[in-house]
Amino acid sequence: MDWLNKNWELVIGLSGVHIGLSILPVVVGLAVALPLGWVAFRYKKIGRFLVPASGLLYTIPSLPLFIALPIILGTSILDPTNLIVGLTIYAVALLVRQIVDALGSVNHAVRQASVAMGYSPWQRFWQVDLPLAGPVLLSGLRVVSVSTVSLVSIGSVIGVTSLGYLFLNGFKRGIPEEVLVGVIATVIIAFIFDGVLVLLGRLLMPWARKAQS
Amino acid sequence: MIEFRSVSKRYESDALAVNNISLTIAPRAVTVLVGPSGCGKTTLLRMINRMVEPTSGQVLIDDVDVATRNPVQLRRSIGYVMQNSGLMPHRTVLDNVTTVPVLQGVSRKVAQAHGLELLATVGLDAALAKRYPAQLSGGQQQRVGVARGLAADPNILLMDEPFGAVDPIVRRELQGELSRIQSVLAKTIVFVTHDIDEAFLLGDQVVILREGGHVAQQGTPAELLANPVDDFVADFIGRGDESKHLSITERDGTRLVVDARGRVAGILAAEDGHGLAQ
Repeated sequence: MDWLNKNWELVIGLSGVHIGLSILPVVVGLAVALPLGWVAFRYKKIGRFLVPASGLLYTIPSLPLFIALPIILGTSILDPTNLIVGLTIYAVALLVRQIVDALGSVNHAVRQASVAMGYSPWQRFWQVDLPLAGPVLLSGLRVVSVSTVSLVSIGSVIGVTSLGYLFLNGFKRGIPEEVLVGVIATVIIAFIFDGVLVLLGRLLMPWARKAQS
Repeated sequence: MIEFRSVSKRYESDALAVNNISLTIAPRAVTVLVGPSGCGKTTLLRMINRMVEPTSGQVLIDDVDVATRNPVQLRRSIGYVMQNSGLMPHRTVLDNVTTVPVLQGVSRKVAQAHGLELLATVGLDAALAKRYPAQLSGGQQQRVGVARGLAADPNILLMDEPFGAVDPIVRRELQGELSRIQSVLAKTIVFVTHDIDEAFLLGDQVVILREGGHVAQQGTPAELLANPVDDFVADFIGRGDESKHLSITERDGTRLVVDARGRVAGILAAEDGHGLAQ
């Protein structure tokens, strides 16, 4: 506990940075994947191409991607934007298929009923399809948030500081405790993200639990 | 008044679901579309609120072609009740009932006050208002479905096998409830079912459809039973069915109505109306 006692301020600071770097890819990834997923769901012909194509994005190895992005984006090599854009791409890769599945999980009779009631297509998406796709969408979002929190660590290799710094530094200087603290802090953040998402789901979708009881 | 003028519908490359049907539906009465599955009855119903567009022909409401109306506005002006209620699982009972008025821009408060009255109209306790549909029985869900269909006070109410998925006792209750509500509200109701007994029970007018999307015969239940135009209709309404051939017999001083096989179908009401029949 020696190392942690002396460096807890550093750990807290890095945790804050880590959280900040993790939130944006999840939020932006969702915002980008949502219209893509809707298009893929609504127009099956496009979907047949779009869903596998977005899935392929996930197979891009992360380190080459982070090195290639500054060239593509014209950003400096140490710019955190590279990391955020890269992780957003992975989030989109995971979420497009999940959104298609989530929209597909909406009961057909309910969708028919919403047409018959006189929801406009726009209202139907926001007030019927999206909320009802919520539970399946949430389970996908939980996977993405956890994977993003862990991937942010890799940013340290390309010079974007996060809790990953503790692994690298601890490794280099032979301080196992520092590495361990980095790992544990990352896991704790992943749990917190997951907990927040579950809580949000309960607040936004009270019906999903009551329906089961 | 709803009018079908030479309406046909063909789903992608399939056979005709509706074949050149012309039909007039009387206002402020219950018209039942009845027939075996695949006769096009639901397709016909959904043409009224443009959930299905006819391949050819016109559907008119009060002499206005529905094809000229904005489909979203049109649907909000017509009540719709479907099988398995089609309630929004993520909305409370009261929010479900007030769906259409709120879509039309009525304030939530006003819509909810009216919604609570409607729950009473369909025989539901106000305590259920805050529940979610999944917390209700099938029969209660159908009642909510009816309340939702009535919420915007539409002139026309479309009902697509609304009582098809509930058990027989609840179905009879709901049918009775609908008759009672209709006697007060006098809507133009178009009701789809495959159950001829339900059709005769509820219909002022009954339209019998046959496979391939043809009208086999239209009339009041009495007209259809008295003069079926062909074997299909006679068969479909169960005219050859022994249980429908009734005669009167007297046992132990009580006049009973029995069917062709001698099974008791009921008790003959005394002519002064104060007999044993209840």
